[in-house]
Amino acid sequence: MSAALPAVAEIDSPWALPRVSLRFIPVWRRNFLVWRKLFVERLLTNVVEPLLTIVAFGYGLGSLLPQIEGVTYLQFLATGSIAMSVMYSAKFEALWGAFSRMHVQKTWDAILHTPLSVDDLLLGELVWAASKATFTALCILLMIWALDISREPLSLLVLPVAMFIALVFAAMALIVNAVARSYDLLSNYFTVVVMPLVFLSGVYFPLAQLPDWLRVIAQWLPMTAAVDLVRPLALGRWPANGVRDVVLLAAWGAVCYFIALVLTRRRLLK
Amino acid sequence: MDTAVVSASMVDEVLAVRDLRKVYGSAPVVDGLSFSIRRGECYALLGPNGAGKTTTLRCCLGLTQPDSGTIRLVGEPVPREARRARIRVGVVPQMDNLDPDFTVAENLIVYGRYYGLADRDVAQRLPSLLDFASLAHKRDARIGELSGGMKRRLTLARALVNDPDLVFMDEPTTGLDPQARHVIWDRLKQLLSRGKTIVLTTHFMDEAERLADRLAVIDHGRMIAEGAPRALIAEHIEPQVLEVYGDGAMQWAEAIGRDLAARIEITGETVFCYARDPTLALHSLESRPGVRYLHRPANLEDLFLKLTGREMRAES
Repeated sequence: MSAALPAVAEIDSPWALPRVSLRFIPVWRRNFLVWRKLFVERLLTNVVEPLLTIVAFGYGLGSLLPQIEGVTYLQFLATGSIAMSVMYSAKFEALWGAFSRMHVQKTWDAILHTPLSVDDLLLGELVWAASKATFTALCILLMIWALDISREPLSLLVLPVAMFIALVFAAMALIVNAVARSYDLLSNYFTVVVMPLVFLSGVYFPLAQLPDWLRVIAQWLPMTAAVDLVRPLALGRWPANGVRDVVLLAAWGAVCYFIALVLTRRRLLK
Repeated sequence: MDTAVVSASMVDEVLAVRDLRKVYGSAPVVDGLSFSIRRGECYALLGPNGAGKTTTLRCCLGLTQPDSGTIRLVGEPVPREARRARIRVGVVPQMDNLDPDFTVAENLIVYGRYYGLADRDVAQRLPSLLDFASLAHKRDARIGELSGGMKRRLTLARALVNDPDLVFMDEPTTGLDPQARHVIWDRLKQLLSRGKTIVLTTHFMDEAERLADRLAVIDHGRMIAEGAPRALIAEHIEPQVLEVYGDGAMQWAEAIGRDLAARIEITGETVFCYARDPTLALHSLESRPGVRYLHRPANLEDLFLKLTGREMRAES
């Protein structure tokens, strides 16, 4: 009867395409429940940090500056900072949040003992990080409406766009999470990769101010495309290069997520 | 062979492992391991640190790809159908990994969702799970407020949230005080009396002797003995043991003990004399005032040390 036993069955190759299933939802709900419990204390960071940026730079510095691309510096900065905060928020959750669940609390180990797979788990983390970042976008948008910096109906489209770009940045961060051995790598990644991405993205000043060679590089970076999409929408206009930006971001997101998934499978299923 | 008999034994086989091999780098961690576990049985994998116990468990759960061999868990081939198999299996890991941000009850409800269980269904089973873990009064406590024993009991209750057929326990009482260990043992016996199957890894001999119907002694990824604890001891070890220590113990061992005992082992300052009939050795010891001794029946530890050696392991 030994024929009843199959030959060596294989765990999927780490290089297999992502297996997408709704089983990611319980992972998302777990993280959501933690977030809801810590909501009040965390809300401050969601609101105060962007508010400081807008007040200090927008009102303070902005009063000294001329109009940029037909709007005040305050409007320019506030609308650009939505994209920036979305990225920070997504990165933070997919780096420190996911890493403590994987490495410190061992929550991922507990989850992998159930019928969920690494693919379900990582998708849950990805969508969760993006959801949290979208909430950040909503907070800033409310602030922008409240302060009358911009009150255009089109700015509602910022929310789905924020979700989309947050998925891209969370996917990038999950690559770092998959190879990190300690919190050090996460901080280094933030300083060496994330900060330059912000300064080259056109949040603080128009890209036209950059030297030509740097501007060419910046045009291919995801953060630049994100600002390019979010800012006009927040100001009530359609993005000039919307299709190109969406395609570029989708490409970054897909490639990064696949790499993150391969590396995470190799790490956890060894 | 009668096919009806064979298929009946297949049904009763909750876990079957054949020729399992796993190599990391050039070192085989699991080296041709085979065993099979029947429904309702408690089976212990016993071995020193680094013997391959945890890797074997990971392979059984489909979390590690074996280099060769076959595994069938609750009737499903693993790792191919590991997800399907894990629906009917519970795991108590070596390290507690409860959710620190949740209460006791939330830990169970959230874990149930991973099995696709509705909150309503888990909420219904919650009182019995909490009773089983003696945590009814801690229902809304945070994990940080629980003692080590309570956390272990909650981890055990969490492993039962899907009402599994088989529960894997990786060193379930490591790090617990004696009282807490006895409570865990009591709960494991309750599970066995309900017909659950338990696979246990441990390096506590008393734990294995108390709980296991059968055990496998594993070293360097290979099985070196398998059977019921008492039968294994009877098969490999002389029934009586004298532990001799104190001033002049070594001299006594060399001059007299060696001739009176069937076998002698020396570990540190202690001489272990194994004998079928220790009467003569006991007489001789009584006339030596400096030498102290303990007379006891052979136990699993004697078996374990005989089979795996007495030298310290680099990993331990």
